[in-house]
Amino acid sequence: MTTHAPLDYALAFGFAAFALALLMNLVRLLKGPTSMDRVLAADTMVINVIALIVLLGIHQATKAHFEAALLFAMFGFVATVAFCRFMLRGRLID
Amino acid sequence: MNLYAEIAVALLIVVGASFGLVGSWGLLRLPHLMARLHAPTKATTLGVGSVLLASMVYFLATGEGFSVHEVLIVLFLFLTAPVSASFIARGYLRAHVDPAELPGAGEQGWASFVPRAGDGGDQAEASSSWDVRKD
Repeated sequence: MTTHAPLDYALAFGFAAFALALLMNLVRLLKGPTSMDRVLAADTMVINVIALIVLLGIHQATKAHFEAALLFAMFGFVATVAFCRFMLRGRLID
Repeated sequence: MNLYAEIAVALLIVVGASFGLVGSWGLLRLPHLMARLHAPTKATTLGVGSVLLASMVYFLATGEGFSVHEVLIVLFLFLTAPVSASFIARGYLRAHVDPAELPGAGEQGWASFVPRAGDGGDQAEASSSWDVRKD
Protein backbone atom coordinates (compact mmCIF):
# COMPACT_ATOMS: atom_id res chain seq x y z
CA MET A 1 0.00 0.00 0.00
CA THR A 2 1.22 3.47 -0.82
CA THR A 3 1.43 5.44 2.40
CA HIS A 4 -0.49 8.71 2.47
CA ALA A 5 -1.22 10.36 5.79
CA PRO A 6 -4.94 11.41 5.54
CA LEU A 7 -6.07 8.08 4.12
CA ASP A 8 -4.14 6.13 6.76
CA TYR A 9 -5.74 8.07 9.58
CA ALA A 10 -9.19 7.73 8.03
CA LEU A 11 -8.74 3.98 7.54
CA ALA A 12 -7.59 3.55 11.15
CA PHE A 13 -10.64 5.48 12.34
CA GLY A 14 -12.90 3.44 10.09
CA PHE A 15 -11.54 0.10 11.29
CA ALA A 16 -11.81 1.19 14.93
CA ALA A 17 -15.34 2.57 14.49
CA PHE A 18 -16.73 -0.52 12.79
CA ALA A 19 -14.98 -2.85 15.24
CA LEU A 20 -16.55 -0.92 18.10
CA ALA A 21 -19.91 -1.07 16.31
CA LEU A 22 -19.55 -4.85 16.01
CA LEU A 23 -18.84 -5.09 19.74
CA MET A 24 -21.96 -3.05 20.53
CA ASN A 25 -24.02 -5.30 18.25
CA LEU A 26 -22.59 -8.31 20.06
CA VAL A 27 -23.72 -6.85 23.40
CA ARG A 28 -27.23 -6.40 22.01
CA LEU A 29 -27.12 -9.93 20.57
CA LEU A 30 -26.30 -11.35 23.99
CA LYS A 31 -28.69 -9.14 25.98
CA GLY A 32 -31.76 -9.70 23.84
CA PRO A 33 -34.29 -9.35 25.43
CA THR A 34 -36.62 -10.62 22.67
CA SER A 35 -35.60 -12.95 19.84
CA MET A 36 -36.31 -10.22 17.28
CA ASP A 37 -33.67 -8.07 18.99
CA ARG A 38 -31.17 -10.83 18.37
CA VAL A 39 -32.22 -11.12 14.71
CA LEU A 40 -31.83 -7.33 14.29
CA ALA A 41 -28.41 -7.44 15.97
CA ALA A 42 -27.25 -10.25 13.68
CA ASP A 43 -28.51 -8.33 10.62
CA THR A 44 -26.61 -5.21 11.73
CA MET A 45 -23.47 -7.29 12.36
CA VAL A 46 -23.59 -8.53 8.76
CA ILE A 47 -23.83 -4.95 7.47
CA ASN A 48 -20.90 -3.84 9.65
CA VAL A 49 -18.81 -6.80 8.46
CA ILE A 50 -19.49 -5.74 4.85
CA ALA A 51 -18.13 -2.28 5.70
CA LEU A 52 -15.04 -3.86 7.30
CA ILE A 53 -14.41 -6.01 4.21
CA VAL A 54 -14.66 -2.96 1.93
CA LEU A 55 -12.28 -1.00 4.18
CA LEU A 56 -9.84 -3.93 4.03
CA GLY A 57 -10.09 -3.77 0.23
CA ILE A 58 -9.12 -0.07 0.28
CA HIS A 59 -6.30 -0.78 2.76
CA GLN A 60 -4.77 -3.51 0.61
CA ALA A 61 -5.61 -1.68 -2.65
CA THR A 62 -7.21 -4.80 -4.11
CA LYS A 63 -10.60 -5.54 -5.61
CA ALA A 64 -10.48 -9.21 -4.58
CA HIS A 65 -12.76 -8.77 -1.58
CA PHE A 66 -15.88 -7.49 -3.32
CA GLU A 67 -17.25 -10.92 -4.08
CA ALA A 68 -17.01 -11.74 -0.38
CA ALA A 69 -18.86 -8.52 0.48
CA LEU A 70 -21.58 -9.29 -2.06
CA LEU A 71 -21.98 -12.83 -0.71
CA PHE A 72 -22.23 -11.47 2.83
CA ALA A 73 -24.93 -9.02 1.74
CA MET A 74 -27.00 -11.70 -0.01
CA PHE A 75 -26.71 -14.37 2.66
CA GLY A 76 -27.30 -11.84 5.44
CA PHE A 77 -30.58 -10.79 3.85
CA VAL A 78 -31.67 -14.39 3.23
CA ALA A 79 -30.81 -15.33 6.82
CA THR A 80 -32.78 -12.39 8.25
CA VAL A 81 -35.83 -13.16 6.14
CA ALA A 82 -35.63 -16.86 7.03
CA PHE A 83 -35.39 -16.07 10.76
CA CYS A 84 -38.36 -13.68 10.60
CA ARG A 85 -40.43 -16.09 8.55
CA PHE A 86 -39.70 -18.81 11.06
CA MET A 87 -40.82 -16.49 13.88
CA LEU A 88 -43.98 -15.49 11.98
CA ARG A 89 -45.08 -18.83 10.59
CA GLY A 90 -43.36 -21.40 12.78
CA ARG A 91 -41.93 -23.18 9.75
CA LEU A 92 -39.77 -22.31 6.76
CA ILE A 93 -40.91 -24.60 3.98
CA ASP A 94 -44.57 -25.43 3.43
CA MET B 1 -3.40 9.33 -6.64
CA ASN B 2 -3.53 13.04 -6.02
CA LEU B 3 -4.17 14.75 -2.72
CA TYR B 4 -7.72 15.91 -3.46
CA ALA B 5 -8.96 12.43 -4.29
CA GLU B 6 -7.27 11.10 -1.19
CA ILE B 7 -8.91 13.74 1.01
CA ALA B 8 -12.29 12.93 -0.57
CA VAL B 9 -11.82 9.20 0.13
CA ALA B 10 -10.72 9.91 3.71
CA LEU B 11 -13.70 12.19 4.29
CA LEU B 12 -16.17 9.63 2.93
CA ILE B 13 -14.65 6.90 5.13
CA VAL B 14 -14.84 9.10 8.23
CA VAL B 15 -18.47 10.05 7.50
CA GLY B 16 -19.43 6.43 6.85
CA ALA B 17 -17.69 5.13 9.97
CA SER B 18 -19.40 7.82 12.07
CA PHE B 19 -22.81 6.81 10.72
CA GLY B 20 -22.08 3.14 11.37
CA LEU B 21 -21.00 3.92 14.91
CA VAL B 22 -24.14 6.00 15.55
CA GLY B 23 -26.34 3.23 14.17
CA SER B 24 -24.87 0.56 16.42
CA TRP B 25 -24.86 2.92 19.40
CA GLY B 26 -28.57 3.48 18.79
CA LEU B 27 -29.13 -0.28 18.60
CA LEU B 28 -27.52 -0.55 22.02
CA ARG B 29 -29.09 2.46 23.71
CA LEU B 30 -32.69 2.88 22.52
CA PRO B 31 -35.42 1.59 24.89
CA HIS B 32 -37.45 -0.96 22.94
CA LEU B 33 -37.31 -2.81 19.62
CA MET B 34 -39.64 -0.53 17.65
CA ALA B 35 -37.33 2.40 18.50
CA ARG B 36 -34.18 0.30 18.12
CA LEU B 37 -35.21 -0.69 14.60
CA HIS B 38 -34.60 2.86 13.34
CA ALA B 39 -30.88 3.09 14.14
CA PRO B 40 -29.37 0.14 12.22
CA THR B 41 -31.76 0.20 9.28
CA LYS B 42 -31.12 3.86 8.45
CA ALA B 43 -27.86 5.09 9.95
CA THR B 44 -25.83 1.90 9.43
CA THR B 45 -27.09 1.42 5.87
CA LEU B 46 -26.14 5.01 5.06
CA GLY B 47 -22.71 4.47 6.65
CA VAL B 48 -22.01 1.39 4.55
CA GLY B 49 -23.18 3.28 1.47
CA SER B 50 -20.68 6.04 2.24
CA VAL B 51 -17.83 3.55 2.73
CA LEU B 52 -18.67 1.87 -0.59
CA LEU B 53 -18.72 5.30 -2.26
CA ALA B 54 -15.25 5.92 -0.78
CA SER B 55 -14.06 2.63 -2.26
CA MET B 56 -15.50 3.60 -5.64
CA VAL B 57 -13.70 6.99 -5.58
CA TYR B 58 -10.47 5.28 -4.45
CA PHE B 59 -10.33 2.77 -7.29
CA LEU B 60 -11.35 5.50 -9.76
CA ALA B 61 -8.50 7.71 -8.51
CA THR B 62 -5.85 4.99 -8.53
CA GLY B 63 -6.55 4.42 -12.22
CA GLU B 64 -8.04 0.95 -11.95
CA GLY B 65 -11.18 2.19 -13.64
CA PHE B 66 -14.81 2.35 -12.64
CA SER B 67 -15.86 -0.78 -10.72
CA VAL B 68 -19.45 -1.96 -10.70
CA HIS B 69 -19.14 -4.20 -7.63
CA GLU B 70 -19.76 -1.34 -5.22
CA VAL B 71 -22.83 -0.23 -7.14
CA LEU B 72 -24.18 -3.80 -6.93
CA ILE B 73 -23.58 -4.03 -3.17
CA VAL B 74 -25.05 -0.57 -2.51
CA LEU B 75 -28.15 -1.33 -4.60
CA PHE B 76 -28.64 -4.67 -2.89
CA LEU B 77 -28.20 -3.25 0.62
CA PHE B 78 -30.48 -0.26 0.00
CA LEU B 79 -33.17 -2.52 -1.48
CA THR B 80 -33.05 -5.17 1.24
CA ALA B 81 -32.70 -2.99 4.36
CA PRO B 82 -36.38 -1.83 4.37
CA VAL B 83 -37.59 -5.35 3.59
CA SER B 84 -35.76 -6.96 6.50
CA ALA B 85 -36.80 -4.07 8.79
CA SER B 86 -40.44 -4.64 7.86
CA PHE B 87 -40.09 -8.38 8.49
CA ILE B 88 -38.53 -7.80 11.93
CA ALA B 89 -41.25 -5.29 12.87
CA ARG B 90 -43.99 -7.72 11.82
CA GLY B 91 -42.42 -10.56 13.77
CA TYR B 92 -42.20 -8.35 16.85
CA LEU B 93 -45.83 -7.20 16.45
CA ARG B 94 -47.11 -10.74 16.13
CA ALA B 95 -45.12 -12.05 19.10
CA HIS B 96 -45.08 -9.28 21.68
CA VAL B 97 -47.83 -6.71 21.00
CA ASP B 98 -51.50 -7.05 21.91
CA PRO B 99 -53.64 -5.98 18.91
CA ALA B 100 -56.10 -4.27 21.31
CA GLU B 101 -53.40 -1.80 22.41
CA LEU B 102 -52.61 -0.60 18.89
CA PRO B 103 -54.23 2.52 17.42
CA GLY B 104 -57.07 1.91 14.96
CA ALA B 105 -56.22 1.24 11.33
CA GLY B 106 -59.61 1.69 9.64
CA GLU B 107 -61.85 -1.09 8.40
CA GLN B 108 -59.00 -3.23 7.09
CA GLY B 109 -57.27 -3.57 10.45
CA TRP B 110 -53.55 -4.17 10.89
CA ALA B 111 -52.12 -6.27 8.10
CA SER B 112 -49.85 -8.11 10.53
CA PHE B 113 -52.87 -9.44 12.41
CA VAL B 114 -55.11 -10.38 9.49
CA PRO B 115 -55.22 -14.19 9.26
CA ARG B 116 -53.94 -15.66 6.02
CA ALA B 117 -54.29 -18.86 4.12
CA GLY B 118 -50.91 -20.15 5.27
CA ASP B 119 -51.44 -19.37 8.95
CA GLY B 120 -54.06 -21.99 9.69
CA GLY B 121 -56.96 -21.36 12.09
CA ASP B 122 -58.69 -18.12 13.01
CA GLN B 123 -57.02 -14.94 14.18
CA ALA B 124 -56.97 -15.83 17.87
CA GLU B 125 -55.28 -19.10 17.12
CA ALA B 126 -52.91 -17.42 14.69
CA SER B 127 -51.81 -14.72 17.11
CA SER B 128 -51.54 -16.81 20.26
CA SER B 129 -50.17 -20.17 19.25
CA TRP B 130 -47.85 -19.25 16.40
CA ASP B 131 -44.81 -20.21 18.43
CA VAL B 132 -46.03 -23.73 19.17
CA ARG B 133 -47.17 -25.15 15.86
CA LYS B 134 -49.36 -28.20 15.87
CA ASP B 135 -48.30 -29.51 12.48
